[in-house]
Amino acid sequence: MTKIKHLGAVSGLFALFLVAACQPNPYKEGERLYKVNCSNCHMDHGEGLHALIPPLAGADYLKNNRDQLPCLVIHGIHDTIVVNGKVYAEQMPGVESLSEIQVANILNFINTSWGNQNQPFMIEEVRTLLKKC
Amino acid sequence: MKQTLFIFLIVSGFASCMQSPSDQVLPILGERDISPAGDTVYPTIPDFSFVDQDSQTVTNATFAGKIYVADFFFIHCPTICPKVKKNGLRIYEKYKNDDRVALLSHSIDIRNDTVAALKRHAEKLGIDAKHWRLVTGDHDEIYGIADNYFSVATEDPDVPGGFDHSGRLILVDKNRHVRSFCDGTNAAEVDRFMKDMDLLLAEQFPK
Repeated sequence: MTKIKHLGAVSGLFALFLVAACQPNPYKEGERLYKVNCSNCHMDHGEGLHALIPPLAGADYLKNNRDQLPCLVIHGIHDTIVVNGKVYAEQMPGVESLSEIQVANILNFINTSWGNQNQPFMIEEVRTLLKKC
Repeated sequence: MKQTLFIFLIVSGFASCMQSPSDQVLPILGERDISPAGDTVYPTIPDFSFVDQDSQTVTNATFAGKIYVADFFFIHCPTICPKVKKNGLRIYEKYKNDDRVALLSHSIDIRNDTVAALKRHAEKLGIDAKHWRLVTGDHDEIYGIADNYFSVATEDPDVPGGFDHSGRLILVDKNRHVRSFCDGTNAAEVDRFMKDMDLLLAEQFPK
């Protein structure tokens, strides 16, 4: 009887492990939008390209400039920026057609992928920040 | 007897699969012609003259005795170019100490991609002009030669960035023949393409 209980507990744990392992990122819509709008330049794993395109994976910029991120997605970047101590001077085109929800989904995908563990955005927060662009 | 035959079939089956890679020869791509004298004529890359990021003239002679990888791009390309460049960098890194190999990227944005802009771009990619030329030149010459590389290059105000082009990487041999190509945005295809490069090196530079 104890043996059966034991087996049950182990298989339960195993099932939990499987569920956890099979959910790499909960922001599926954000992942899809990232692929379409961002990955050509920032690459599939957010690694960027040499001194031309900054990485998103492990980028301190995401934490340090959190409040500006929604505006950057919509309107792009036209200034020099510093990411992890390196200067990037290329322009980034914005994607003005994205909705508030889509911006939140993209940012949440980026903020929780490739080792990033930044706080997710709520829709309200994105809406407020976009008004200040 | 039956058993022997069976074993023979299996062994010969394996043998046919075990042909060593160095026995493979890449085809010469494109439509061939027959000359009046009855010889087969393969399509070749025509004469060209462009200018690279160091203001050096780049012609067919620049690649004499080399195999090279050609592509078409523009600096402010919001679509496929960065991925093609990233895969181009993998090729560059693998062969940068091998003088038998070079890369040649043609800009199709003649107006913006000046020599100075190409120079900045090359520096940001961390590439050396000796092994990877980023070139500009006469509009019609660049757009025309894209055909010879089986690539698309057109100006189109309706596509993002204003230019339509294929992200192909094209492998050219010592004799100006196109021998292989791949989708430069696809890392797995580029892996296969680099194997083709090794095959071509083995063919054209026998030890």
